Amino acid sequence: MKSKDRNYFKILRAGINTTYQDLGRNNLYHIGIPFSGAMDKRNFQLLNSLLQNDYNSPVIEFAYQGPHLKYFGKDIFFCISGNVSFKIITKEGVIDGNSYQCYLLKNGDEVDIRSTNKSVYGYFSINGTFGVDYYWGSCSINTQAQIGPNNGNKFSKDLEIEIIDINNSFNKRKLDYLGSTIENIRVIKGTNYDYFSESSQNKFFKESFKITKLSDRMGMRLEGPKIENIVDPNIKSEGLVKGVIQITSAGDPIIMLSDHGTIGGYPKIATVISADYDRLVQLTPGSNIKFKDVSLEDAETLYKLYQMETNNLISQIK
Amino acid sequence: MIKNILNLGDAALYCDFGSDVNQEINSNVIKYFYHIKKLNLKGITNLTPSYNKLIISYDLNIHTFLSLKKKIENIEIKENNKLEKNLIEIPVCCENNFALDIKRVENKLKLKSEIILEKFFSKNYFCYMTGFVAGMPFLGDLNQEMRLKRLETPRVKVPKGSVGITEQFCNIYTFETPGGWNILGNTPQNIFDTSNQSNPNLVNPGDTIKFYRITLDQYNEIKR
Repeated sequence: MKSKDRNYFKILRAGINTTYQDLGRNNLYHIGIPFSGAMDKRNFQLLNSLLQNDYNSPVIEFAYQGPHLKYFGKDIFFCISGNVSFKIITKEGVIDGNSYQCYLLKNGDEVDIRSTNKSVYGYFSINGTFGVDYYWGSCSINTQAQIGPNNGNKFSKDLEIEIIDINNSFNKRKLDYLGSTIENIRVIKGTNYDYFSESSQNKFFKESFKITKLSDRMGMRLEGPKIENIVDPNIKSEGLVKGVIQITSAGDPIIMLSDHGTIGGYPKIATVISADYDRLVQLTPGSNIKFKDVSLEDAETLYKLYQMETNNLISQIK
Repeated sequence: MIKNILNLGDAALYCDFGSDVNQEINSNVIKYFYHIKKLNLKGITNLTPSYNKLIISYDLNIHTFLSLKKKIENIEIKENNKLEKNLIEIPVCCENNFALDIKRVENKLKLKSEIILEKFFSKNYFCYMTGFVAGMPFLGDLNQEMRLKRLETPRVKVPKGSVGITEQFCNIYTFETPGGWNILGNTPQNIFDTSNQSNPNLVNPGDTIKFYRITLDQYNEIKR
């Protein structure tokens, strides 16, 4: 491609844990490769809908602080989802942008994604397609196993983000949405629930746990009342899934998130329901969470309701 | 052969084959794994075989727990279904800077290092499962006199290629990762190949592994 025909962003500041993500890769747990994919699937879906992209188009995910990008190429639109503060720097001046709104970028314009507010993950994309390589059907970057584009590494300064396709028939759209928060995380009791003393089972549901700084795309470590194991602090290693809450030998809960190890040997006290996963991952270190017990049937219904809510939001995009 | 099917959260089936760890139970798990994989059922997003469990993750938009449970319960697998097994030979160098825990193993097992390595290399090992990190094989069984616990304090970084033992099992660290197994050597062979999209794993569940000992020169030769 001739350089004057190129459309690309140059990364002036990488931000924290900035990676490409899509819906992730399936059917690889048996060789030790997790789903990966966008942590907050609703915000991923909203972003691609706002930009009229294919539902599984790659987006740029960031945590806490996003990248500062400078654009080179022909006119393009971008949009950001999540609860995010960002500035758009053009020749006319600097303006504060709003999430869930599309903005025009011209050659030389910049987007400075300052921070996520009271949340962890935000998403950035364009009315088009980033030039990414696919690994097992997905462009999601898994930094732990170094799988994905950019050699499986997170973005770094001076990286150039290629755009291989721009949708020229695109019309600017927006959504009025303030995001969705949650107070209680609903869970289903785990396969090793009876490994824990009755008083610890009660504490697990009655008391609150604090999210520690040792939280990333692989897992979320919590601290609070110690959960006492009365059977065995280990089980024979077996498969894990997203949302499983294991209790470590120290008695602390750890929740498996999208890049988790595929098998593990700590007992499972509970699993976060699918309907609450997107909101769980947005909770910042330092915040407190409480677990609420629900039945499997309720969890299945709650997931359907959550999906209906997402589809409803998509239908409100104008 | 599946004793019981429970739910693991709201989007996975937890198929229980028993509580013991042995090759007979594990072979059943692996047979089910390959059989279901071949069926290519719509809406199944992952299959995770382990020693005595098989976890089936599914898309909640397509299945409910009860509907999928019924499907899996109705699967019939012939007892005499043969497992496909490969014999894979893997070179291991046990020079001092690779055998990170040989002194500890000597002390715990009260055996001389040469005896330990001789015993280790004299046996073929069965692959129970792969995972935790990409491609890591969980192999067994070590002879009774070779069994010891994990390190009291796990290493923050175990070098890629390390071959370790704990309890009745041995494994190969396919990536640099934290870990607590007793390291006896290192293999120059790539066990997980990201660039091989169709078959990235050198070792798969059900395979048999034969380790053979190499010198540092041979190690460097293969590595080159």
